[in-house]
Amino acid sequence: MELIDLTLIWIGIIGIGIFMYVLMDGFDLGVGILFPFARNDEHRDMMMNSVAPVWDGNETWLILGGAGLLAAFPLVYAVFLPALYIGVFLLLAGLIFRGIAFEFRFKAKTSRYLWNWSFFIGSLVASFAQGAVVGAYIQGFETEGFTYVGGPLDWLTPFTVMTGLALVCGYTLLGSTWLILKTEGDLQDWAYGVAGKALIAVLAFFVIISIWTPLTEARVMDRWLGNIQWLWIFPVATLGASAWLWRAIRYRKEGVPFIATMTLFITFYVGLLISMWPLAVPPDHTFWDASSAPETQLFLLIGVLFLIPVILGYTAWTYWVFRGKVRPDAGYH
Amino acid sequence: MELDPLLLSRIQFAFVVSFHAIFPVFTIGLASYIATLEALFYKTDNPVYEQLSRFWTKVFAVVFGMGVVSGIVMAFQFGTNWSNFSYASANFLGPILSYEVVTAFFLEATFLGVLLFGRNKVPKGLHLFAACMVALGTFISSFWILSANSWMQTPAGVEVRDGLVYVTSWSEAIFNPSLWPRFFHMALASFLTAGFVVAGVSAWYLLRNRAPELNRKALGMTVMLLAVIAPAQLVVGDIHGLNTFEHQPAKVAAMEGVWETTEGAPLLLFALPSATNERNYLEIGIPKMASLILTHQLDGEVPGLKEWAPEDRPPVATVFWSFRIMVAIGLLMIGVALTALYLRLRGRLYDSPRLLRVFTWMIPLPFVAVIAGWFVTEVGRQPYLIYGTMRLADGLTPSLTGGMALFTLLGFILVYAVVFAAGLYYLVRLIQAGPEAPAHEPDDAHQGRPKRPLSAVDTSLDDEQNLQPAGR
Ligand code: HDD
Ligand code: HEM
Ligand code: HEM
Repeated sequence: MELIDLTLIWIGIIGIGIFMYVLMDGFDLGVGILFPFARNDEHRDMMMNSVAPVWDGNETWLILGGAGLLAAFPLVYAVFLPALYIGVFLLLAGLIFRGIAFEFRFKAKTSRYLWNWSFFIGSLVASFAQGAVVGAYIQGFETEGFTYVGGPLDWLTPFTVMTGLALVCGYTLLGSTWLILKTEGDLQDWAYGVAGKALIAVLAFFVIISIWTPLTEARVMDRWLGNIQWLWIFPVATLGASAWLWRAIRYRKEGVPFIATMTLFITFYVGLLISMWPLAVPPDHTFWDASSAPETQLFLLIGVLFLIPVILGYTAWTYWVFRGKVRPDAGYH
Repeated sequence: MELDPLLLSRIQFAFVVSFHAIFPVFTIGLASYIATLEALFYKTDNPVYEQLSRFWTKVFAVVFGMGVVSGIVMAFQFGTNWSNFSYASANFLGPILSYEVVTAFFLEATFLGVLLFGRNKVPKGLHLFAACMVALGTFISSFWILSANSWMQTPAGVEVRDGLVYVTSWSEAIFNPSLWPRFFHMALASFLTAGFVVAGVSAWYLLRNRAPELNRKALGMTVMLLAVIAPAQLVVGDIHGLNTFEHQPAKVAAMEGVWETTEGAPLLLFALPSATNERNYLEIGIPKMASLILTHQLDGEVPGLKEWAPEDRPPVATVFWSFRIMVAIGLLMIGVALTALYLRLRGRLYDSPRLLRVFTWMIPLPFVAVIAGWFVTEVGRQPYLIYGTMRLADGLTPSLTGGMALFTLLGFILVYAVVFAAGLYYLVRLIQAGPEAPAHEPDDAHQGRPKRPLSAVDTSLDDEQNLQPAGR
């Protein structure tokens, strides 16, 4: 098996898994964040209906990423989870409350407002926690050999609060462009308005993070000012995608804003990978340090190669079945 | 007071895993029951089977949903609280746990949707096939997770280098010595759980004279099954115990409450084991029985707890009493099932209110037995995490403080209390509405209804009309 670098394959699988998760759960978390700001309950019904058929399929990718990490990169699993202990709990609690809100909101009558709150707060907390995880990854972890030795709240710094808020805005942008795609009339008008504001906020965060990160992390500065000039394609692409998105919102091109937002996210993600490569547990451990034994990676690869096409096929099918606009009368009551 | 992260983590783990365990154990058995009902419907075209299947599929959906929610938490527990253990054992446990999660999702993604929503949309044969695949999927899922757990009890097929586990033989590690007894014991436990719940709920309807034809069928079927399975569990449990005696004698010594190595050890029915004084108080036992069961000889030797240093012994009283609770419930189940079989053969099962009432009281007991059984297994493994290889204290997350552990423990208790209360409330409403409630097939995909478990159920949470069953 020396011919194939299994670790590289697994970086690909998990990288794609996490990214699929961010894109897909991202827009339904965003819809949850927008929930209390909707104009009325009818809009809320439509918002929820637009994501109800797909959200739990979207979360499949989180599980795949999480379980895959333990098997393929146990060090990441064994450092991130202890270091982010409280954050992980908040993430799980948020996802649980949000998940049951989907189920119970439509069945409840008098207690409906409780499930509205459960949906909003769950989505908000989960999004913030995920953003903070990204920030913590950039920031790095204090390790000794292969164990985390920092304190319980080391991850909570102004920087991670900022990345947490940034992801909340990012998901809001995804959620609002999704609503533009899936709705019409009043609700769509409102979503256009939100998307414009969210885009401004996202770009502001992009600028802040792009300045803040290299200033605090020397390795990031070296990477960008080093001798690989073509890397600068990506920040340029970010600006291009933003301009495209801005025009699409202005000129009300229904389907385009969502696609442009996804493109924008791709450029962010690639930019992050460039800044961090090849570190799995910064500042000391690379992906190759963090990987499990080759026989372990191979053993799971066999199953996963069979499974990923199934998941992709099922996902595509679900989106196909639920294509088109949501209407106020359809859905579950 | 100093907060001990180890103790708190143990309590937290025991809490979240016990909470999780009660859902899968029920869904595994129920999935097989639903598949059976579908097969009978396919063969006989008798609408009663379809109605029963419809009803129990709704219950399945709710319980399955709660299993998923609590299962996701489990996947993170290993890393948050037992990171040293996760890291050390990841080469084996990583892929095994991934396979568990991945098979569960695979079945959920493909076949559960068809089972829950496809009744009127796919051919009958395909619907039956989906039901069988869901049942199979629950077994594959439990196979992997039990393989992981059994490997922690009786590690095999690995070597330890620099504190990390490396797999030398996947087949030996996966099919480790305690896997098969544990798998079959657990499978029977699932059947018993689903069986007693179905029987209890049917009996409850019969006592209220609701849909008698339907519920007689359900109770009759289940009674036949239970009369076979309850005694079989005794046999498998015995084999399981013998296997444990071979590989984890200290656990068996704790289960039997034996302190001194004895020839002809008695089977204790009651005792108050005291770890500090290394003896039992108020012993009542049947002479020589324990030796007979464990060694199949009246004078066989049973090693006592004093063979091990005090710090290598499991907490005796918990193991001892959990074991007795499980076995007592097992024997009670045999008694009830055989009595019911007898009455059924004499044609008096359905008009014996006393027995019907006993069946309704039995509903919680299988769950108690399952939790007690896991307590025997898991507490009896102490002080080891990986038996003979890694101690509990060495597996703990080094950076974990008592305060953090307490925070999440309270947090999980709070979150689960809400989830559990909502789910249970909902199940009760579902059961009150009953199988005779008008067949209101969940709408099809084009109306925007998600393919998710809980949504298969259209009983409203606080809509009064659902309380008026059609059969009354
Ligand atoms: C004997 C059975 C059994 C046992 C001991 C466990 N589980 Fe489990 N688990 C199942 C049987 C099961 C199942 C029947 O396969 C479930 C129930 C719902 C489902 O989807 O699959 C499941 C779901 C389930 C899920 C959600 C998957 C999904 O959404 O489909 C996860 C992440 C776990 N489990 C993880 C665990 C962990 C880490 C355990 C170790 C303590 C554990 N389970 C014990
Ligand atoms: C689902 C059924 C299960 C139940 C009800 C259960 C129950 C328990 C209990 C009560 C303990 C506490 C023992 C003590 O600390 O004294 C424990 C410990 C533990 N179990 Fe299980 N267990 C189950 C399955 C599993 C599985 C499948 C695994 C692994 C793959 C596992 C891994 C562990 C670990 C790592 C501990 C150590 C932490 C601790 O001692 O609290 N358990 N379990
Ligand atoms: C009827 C007599 C029974 C006997 C003799 C018996 C025997 C045993 C033994 C010896 C163990 C511990 C094995 C070990 O840890 O190494 C065990 C565990 C267990 N038992 Fe039982 N049992 C009986 C009935 C039941 C019943 C009725 C249920 C549930 C409905 C049940 C559920 C469990 C579970 C869930 C475990 C833990 C998982 C495992 O290790 O298999 N048992 N049983």
